[in-house]
Amino acid sequence: MQKSKLGLDFEKVGYAKQVSKHIAEDVQKFVDSYTTVAVERTLCRLLGIDGVDANEVPLPNVVVDEIKDKGVLNQGVMFFLGNAIIETGLEPQQIAEKIAAGELDITKLPTHSVEEAEKATKPFVDKYIQIIKDRKAKRDNYLNTIGEGPKPYLYVIVATGNIYEDVVQAEAAARQGADIIAVIRTTGQSLLDYVPYGATTEGFGGTVATQENFRIMRQALDKIGEEEKRYIRLCNYCSGLCMPEIAAMGAIEGLDVMLNDALYGILFRDINMQRTMVDQYFSRLLNGFAGVIINTGEDNYLTTADAYDEAHTVLASDFINEQLALIANLPEEQMGLGHAFEMDPDLENGFLYELGQAQMIREIFPKAPLKYMPPTKFMTGNIFKGNVQDALFNQISIWTGQGIQLLGMLTEAIHTPFMSDRYLSIENAKYIFKNMKNIGDEMEFKEGGMIRTRAAEVLDNSIELLENIKNEGLFTALEKGIFAGIKRPKDGGKGLAGVTEKGANYFNPFIAIMNK
Amino acid sequence: MSGGLYSTDSQDFDKTLDLTKIKPYGDTMNDGKTQVSFTLPVQKGEEAIEAAKQMMKKMGFENPQVVYVQELMEGFTFFNCYGNCVHTVDYTSIIVPKVESTTMDMHETDAFVNEHIGRKITVVGASTGTDAHTVGIDAIMNMKGFAGHYGLERYESFEALNMGSQVPNEEFIAKAIEMNADVLLVSQTVTQKDVHIKNLIELVELLEAEGLREKVILICGGPRIDHELAKELGYDAGFGMNKYADDVASYIAQELDRRLNS
Ligand code: B12
Repeated sequence: MQKSKLGLDFEKVGYAKQVSKHIAEDVQKFVDSYTTVAVERTLCRLLGIDGVDANEVPLPNVVVDEIKDKGVLNQGVMFFLGNAIIETGLEPQQIAEKIAAGELDITKLPTHSVEEAEKATKPFVDKYIQIIKDRKAKRDNYLNTIGEGPKPYLYVIVATGNIYEDVVQAEAAARQGADIIAVIRTTGQSLLDYVPYGATTEGFGGTVATQENFRIMRQALDKIGEEEKRYIRLCNYCSGLCMPEIAAMGAIEGLDVMLNDALYGILFRDINMQRTMVDQYFSRLLNGFAGVIINTGEDNYLTTADAYDEAHTVLASDFINEQLALIANLPEEQMGLGHAFEMDPDLENGFLYELGQAQMIREIFPKAPLKYMPPTKFMTGNIFKGNVQDALFNQISIWTGQGIQLLGMLTEAIHTPFMSDRYLSIENAKYIFKNMKNIGDEMEFKEGGMIRTRAAEVLDNSIELLENIKNEGLFTALEKGIFAGIKRPKDGGKGLAGVTEKGANYFNPFIAIMNK
Repeated sequence: MSGGLYSTDSQDFDKTLDLTKIKPYGDTMNDGKTQVSFTLPVQKGEEAIEAAKQMMKKMGFENPQVVYVQELMEGFTFFNCYGNCVHTVDYTSIIVPKVESTTMDMHETDAFVNEHIGRKITVVGASTGTDAHTVGIDAIMNMKGFAGHYGLERYESFEALNMGSQVPNEEFIAKAIEMNADVLLVSQTVTQKDVHIKNLIELVELLEAEGLREKVILICGGPRIDHELAKELGYDAGFGMNKYADDVASYIAQELDRRLNS
């Protein structure tokens, strides 16, 4: 039995995980019998279909829209493409090009059995499985040879809107000591029902996530990592209407960390919950298989809800996200579950509560590379105080052994980071991480004191919440506004039209392979 | 260079406050002391420091002092500098466009509307374009309000609809027509590459094309918005940091009264 510095009751923790498992399994029952346009486009990509047509429409969209328009999306692209491979002798990419040119209707070809169709697609499936495995091996090789920075990993964002300018910013950050570079996406991308194509130089508040942009940044970071003798991880975002597609692109291009959280999409982008839960499953399966660390978005709840009052919702959501990830065969070592340092700076003893909560989450998910989010909501134009707020946050992280430290920027309330802002925040974190390195080993928390009491209270409250969610089901609970105080209807939001129940000929060979 | 960098003359300035010629204040009246930090795209070295000093002089600083130099990466150097500002500002001649209304509390506004308008005021609000930030518009509109100031939904004299975030301008206008809105409230938070300006201008243009611009009170808000900018963009009013529902409601009530009754 694990020893708790907080006197946490691990039986309660075990119970909470059990309840959460029920909640996740209930969702999965639904997920298993549905597919979506995004899942189907992902399958196209995993058979090698890429590029755009004359109107700049990505070919995976062309293929999937075709079968959707013909009313047979429920049979799945694998079936039609398998059939088409047998009938035409062409490769998936050539088939997609012919569909785009209006020269081929894959729904009108003579049909073969599911077994035959599956057999016809197998060489292409195997090829992409190998590509992903090779990518993973490349990362492992780097980690075994040049190595990596110590935990907590220093995570910073770049967000110039222009991928080439992002590379310059990323290089500066990596040279200063950053371990993870996250390329923030442009506003609006999460609601696009396609993934734009090619290198891009125009974005607002971030840069478009495209496969080419992934490749450009990966290449740059590999070079810098080799020179600095430290592997630099690359992070991007799956969440949105293209979760599994972006996960596939990340798997192919060697991303290391990906934001992957359907709940974030539901709450903060009004994406339909049925759609995104189905998408999330396949995207997590891909992330898990590719060795990608996922990041969940619980910290965001505290930007619209109060961090002290609603701390238990963060923990409850972490419990659920852990179980949903386990169902998708994602190892605990890849679960960057989210939480945050977002209490009002005016709260007396706020630091102690934050400390207790951070230690609590650390002990509840001992193997997870926890993603710890800095103060954002109470950052102001007083950048000098902001640097102090970030310092308190950094102290808690080194004290409690967090996994991924999203570095706070002193200019958080003003703009996406300047090169110098990033320098100052990395300097802040490095100073504290070094100066306080072993504080966690030296300090104990007083029995019956504020810190232990706070942790116990948050755990109890989260269990109560989880029991409610279990009784109602996650979908109904979300309709009632259980997280972040935001209500979302089950049949509302974006993307519901792209969901369909799987038909008789449906097959997705990747699920079995990646579940092994 | 006459006088040199550290001329003693600069100590002999007039130390009395003259509001027609104010300067930054460090620890002595009119010392002009200012702190500045910036990055130059050059490698660290003596030349970089000299470049920073010259930059400071061009910005209007005497005695520029580069107190901290840090290479961010090859080819980029960060500076912290101090200098004495040579420029002055005439404080007495400053005129800032302000929202013309007296701020009343919720009950006063309700009573005012009751007396002067005689019906509910219809307000439609949204965070428009690709902006997903809702906390600002929620602070103004939602029942519970923000920082102890109730939102418009709580006012008896307002019929308020908050459309949420990422609302395209076209949809926003369609809703305004459907509800026959008196007032439109637009929130913009993301300002990178001036996306908020483009979006705010687009809304005005669309409203003009529909012949609606003069029929509504058009208000924008957000952390980087002030009344002056709003006016420039063709809005009736703008509200930024530290403005709450009472400020907005009071303005709306009084402005509508001006439009209807004078
Ligand atoms: C909370 C938050 C979020 C939350 C939003 C949750 C939600 N439902 O709103 C989440 C996590 C989802 C989020 C996402 C993003 N965010 Co954000 N976010 C913030 C944060 C931390 C606080 C903003 C806030 O809520 N302020 C509190 C409210 C009450 O203040 P306010 O908006 O200024 O409103 C007041 C006044 O301005 C006024 N007002 C506002 N609107 C209106 C409207 C009218 C009509 C009136 C009269 C008055 C009025 O009244 C309010 C009360 O006084 C800021 C950083 C900071 N500390 O400011 C970043 C910040 C705003 N975000 C930023 C960015 C870039 C993003 C993203 C684009 C990042 C990305 N690429 O994914 C995404 C958004 C994607 C998209 N499509 O827009 C940047 C913007 C940079 C810039 N200047 O362009 C900031 C500054 C952070 C940063 N430094 O990078 N964010």
